[in-house]
Amino acid sequence: MTKADLIERVYLKTGFSKKESAEIVEMVFDLMKDTLEEGEKIKIAGFGNFVVKGKASRRGRNPQTGEEIEISSRKILTFKPSQVLKGAINGES
Amino acid sequence: MTKSELIERLSYNAGELNKKEAEVVVNTIFDSIGNALVNGDRVEIRGFGSFTVREREAREARNPKSGEVVSIPAKKTPFFKTGKELRARVNNGTV
Repeated sequence: MTKADLIERVYLKTGFSKKESAEIVEMVFDLMKDTLEEGEKIKIAGFGNFVVKGKASRRGRNPQTGEEIEISSRKILTFKPSQVLKGAINGES
Repeated sequence: MTKSELIERLSYNAGELNKKEAEVVVNTIFDSIGNALVNGDRVEIRGFGSFTVREREAREARNPKSGEVVSIPAKKTPFFKTGKELRARVNNGTV
């Protein structure tokens, strides 16, 4: 499934034109990206939470050369699925 | 930001979209992604990321209270891989 399929579902469900549906779906993901970029988490009940976490810098190794390198601290996005979604995927109702 | 805040912001930003319509859109998006995963499909949203289902193998574990060995059956778990664009944006624009 791709964004085009999501747009199609929104189009069928709402009666907006395809062009409008595409714009609205794009807007939803843009809003989410803007929010996460600010470091704010997103909680979608029944689906899961998107959380930005800070990772400390650490020593790593180039696996090809064995050379020690410094891996800088960074921020990463994690997704924690809700119990509801996990249950549904495992066939529990 | 919660789902209802996302709905409010969408309704506000989209202008002609009332709250009820914004709610239908947001619910349709997450229900569709969830249903696709239940069906074992992969969902790819360009610029955002992709959702897949990963299989976890059955394993033996211990009840930390009683010390009793329990077997945990194989199960599936949803997995999200952040897209390149979003990964960079979250990390202050650097890769």
